[in-house]
Amino acid sequence: MSPILEVKNLVKNYGAVEILKNINVSIESGDFLVLVGPSGCGKSTLLNCIAGLEPITGGEIHIGGRNMTDVSPKDRDIAMVFQSYALYPTMTVAKNITFGMKVRGVDKMTQAAKLAEVAKQLQIEPLLNRRPGQLSGGQRQRVAMGRALVRDPKLFLFDEPLSNIDAKLRVEMRTEIKRLHHDLGASMVYVTHDQIEAMTLATKIVVLKGGVIQQIGTPAEIYNRPENLFVADFMGSPAMNLIPAKARKNGAGTKLEIARENEVPLIFTDTAGPDLPDDVILGLRPEDIAEAGFRAGQHVQTAECLVDIVEPAGADTFVVVRLGGKEVTARLHAETQAKPGKPLQFAFDLGKVSYFAPETGQRLN
Amino acid sequence: MSEWLERHVPKMVLAPSFIAILLFVYGFIVWTGWVSLTRSRLLPKYDIVGFIQYDRLFDSPRWDTAMNNLFIFGALFIVISMALGLLLAILLDQKVRTEGVLRTIYLYPMALSLIVTGTAWKWILNPGLGIESVIRGWGFESFRFDWLVNPDFAIYTVVIAGVWQASGFVMALFLAGLRSVDEEIIKAAQVDGIPTVRIYSAIIIPSMAPIFLSAFIVLAHLAIKSFDLVIALTGGGPGYATDLPATYMYALAFSRGDIGQAASSAMVMMMVVFAIVVPYLYSELRAKNV
Amino acid sequence: MSDFAASTDPTSLTKQSNFSRIALRWLLYVLLGVFALYYLMPLFVMVTTSLKSLEEIRTGSLVSLPREITFDAWATAWSGACTGIQCEGLKPFFWNSIQLAVPAVILSTLFGALNGYVIAQWQFRGANLIFSLMLFGCFIPFQVVLLPMARVLGIMGLAGTIPGLIFVHVIYGIGFTTLFFRNYYVTVPHELVKAAKVDGAGFFRTFWSIFMPLSLPIIVVTVIWQFTQIWNDFLFGVSFSQAGTQPVTVALNNIVNSTTGVKEYNVDMAAAIIAALPTLFVYVVAGKYFIRGLTAGSVKG
Repeated sequence: MSPILEVKNLVKNYGAVEILKNINVSIESGDFLVLVGPSGCGKSTLLNCIAGLEPITGGEIHIGGRNMTDVSPKDRDIAMVFQSYALYPTMTVAKNITFGMKVRGVDKMTQAAKLAEVAKQLQIEPLLNRRPGQLSGGQRQRVAMGRALVRDPKLFLFDEPLSNIDAKLRVEMRTEIKRLHHDLGASMVYVTHDQIEAMTLATKIVVLKGGVIQQIGTPAEIYNRPENLFVADFMGSPAMNLIPAKARKNGAGTKLEIARENEVPLIFTDTAGPDLPDDVILGLRPEDIAEAGFRAGQHVQTAECLVDIVEPAGADTFVVVRLGGKEVTARLHAETQAKPGKPLQFAFDLGKVSYFAPETGQRLN
Repeated sequence: MSEWLERHVPKMVLAPSFIAILLFVYGFIVWTGWVSLTRSRLLPKYDIVGFIQYDRLFDSPRWDTAMNNLFIFGALFIVISMALGLLLAILLDQKVRTEGVLRTIYLYPMALSLIVTGTAWKWILNPGLGIESVIRGWGFESFRFDWLVNPDFAIYTVVIAGVWQASGFVMALFLAGLRSVDEEIIKAAQVDGIPTVRIYSAIIIPSMAPIFLSAFIVLAHLAIKSFDLVIALTGGGPGYATDLPATYMYALAFSRGDIGQAASSAMVMMMVVFAIVVPYLYSELRAKNV
Repeated sequence: MSDFAASTDPTSLTKQSNFSRIALRWLLYVLLGVFALYYLMPLFVMVTTSLKSLEEIRTGSLVSLPREITFDAWATAWSGACTGIQCEGLKPFFWNSIQLAVPAVILSTLFGALNGYVIAQWQFRGANLIFSLMLFGCFIPFQVVLLPMARVLGIMGLAGTIPGLIFVHVIYGIGFTTLFFRNYYVTVPHELVKAAKVDGAGFFRTFWSIFMPLSLPIIVVTVIWQFTQIWNDFLFGVSFSQAGTQPVTVALNNIVNSTTGVKEYNVDMAAAIIAALPTLFVYVVAGKYFIRGLTAGSVKG
């Protein structure tokens, strides 16, 4: 079974500026691919290239096994939901949804049938005679999805559809999109700058920065084994702690020395004994730093640190300490007795650690 | 094939208009400029002989009068229209109840042809039967208001009629500008206890600088194009007293059959407009691209 | 803008400031009223003069109401006044203006709409340059194109004809109409065109189904502006028409400035009003759109 979408060596230049550099990604039918990255990383451009709304400078795009590189958007068997929904303002909801069919010359009976089907599925039947201006944000999004659904495409493309909604509604709509994906088994490509959206919706994530792919992987892979410092920092909230350390081989293991202000350096020993350069960056997620006694494991090591800030957050309490000149966040249980300025015993799970080279930012383990 | 077509349709749609503008605006300007350098009389000749037409032009006393009139009329017309327009706008801005009606009244002259305006004011300023006779009828026996037929004062009648026509438009511009000033800044100033007049002079009017500029450009443009008004009001007279470059050009082109002169006078008009409008357009477009 | 004369000081000065507030308010209304008179006076004079007999005009005062209302001047102006050799009044020329204005307005608006649509929504290299060149064309004094245009019209066989005038007005109106539509379409989100592309609509389909329906406000502004400009034009009319094809403004000028016979001021005034009626009517009915058109190009730059 060929992949539903294949992007091969895609290059996109705008004049002399390279916007997308050698992009390679493919997904299978039923995948939910999320393109995520900071503003200006090229994710929207990539989506527009897949849609055929932007011409590409080099490379190929295959959809459903066919080379669509020079094919116009309407023939690519895709549907798109835009950030502002782009509903036709002077047409009713019904006309908005059937416009594409009308252009293609589909007969009126089929149009009506498909409209009814989609309206039922998205529960927008009472809205069919209203104009976009009379709808709420959530309703507009559903109409936009209806317009996409009615095309029965091989690929659904979403361009930051939740960016314009307020936070509470956003969570609801996110769940709706996920449910839609589950119910239809459709293949979706989704662009967002919100890494939480990426993590919750995706089956596969592409992290982009400056037009270059930083990492492709499942949410778990991206989360647990980030390929470089950028991905480690960008994905996951709160962000992964990135602590500068000095590494030295010590018998079978590796000694890691982390400098501390006004204190003796913190020393860990990684018994796995990885080969590390002298200067290294240690990556540990806040949930892998607990209060001593609350975390067990083969690679857990304890140490006493001076507590800097305590942030109760309901179900957890986030505690900040300073290590290696950086602020390090630990996620402790809610009833912790940590107090600012007082030392506390922490447990560091080195089994979850990621090592990065400081100059290249690349992952070492 | 249809892909190529789709991509180029926008250009093809714009092309006719663009080509028309290239030909009938820029091409014609070149033609007129060319002819202004020849000895053309009734028919155009295309051998360039240099600037003799311009020499003749600048030597002509009639042209001197016309250019003088342009500056006098232009300056007075622009200044008075702007002042009146600004005053009216400020007055109307004071939450007046009948604002809609008043605005309609101040602006309707702009909907009239300059020929109609000229005709009306020609009648009103008629020495024997117009305002002069009305004021005399009220008892001021020796009141004279024969500007219309007085070579030294006739140009000012054009100013009066022109200001009547255009000041309403300036008012509309300024009113829109006054209203676009941020309410919050004004409220802050009021809370600070700044007197009304000061609020206008120190905050509101300076922030309207771009609108002053727009109004100036439009009025200057109107002044330079003033042809209809003069023809209807004074016919360019008495004699040549109210000639403007526009009427000079027309007379030499169609009555005198001196195309070379007409062309050179048209080119001079162009260059005056150029000198005013080009810097404005340039700064506007640059500001938008930034 | 709030009422500035309102005082925030609750002391005994209130009585005094109340008085000055009312006085200022009165002064404001008086001033506004005086100016209103200044603008209305010519219209008043035109109407009253047109309803007077020549006798009354000669013996009466400019500003007095007619002692005896007669519509003779109107009848003459419409069908009997002399515009040179012919003495058929304004009627045939009024019709000329209609024949000229209607097609010219429709055509220039149509071109402006399509051009504005292209420039605002279908970016291509050079589109902005083309727009600037077209815009600049609006500002030239038309004297500079009179001579060559006269020749070209002659070559095309359109000299002195109404189609020739239509041609001229359309060409020189496109700059403004394009500006209006472009400024309007620029506010329409570009994603609409993208969505239409995905739905399969091309250039013209998108224009017809999506942009046209939402263009009513700007179409009204443009039509009113163009109609006013074209109906009121004199320069092109007097340069490119001949005795039978002159528009109403040229005919009016001929009536008023004809040197033969007695000056019939009442006929002149009636004729002026007749010539002004269409644009005045449009202004009264749809004035706010007219104002929007005037300020649209200027305030927004």
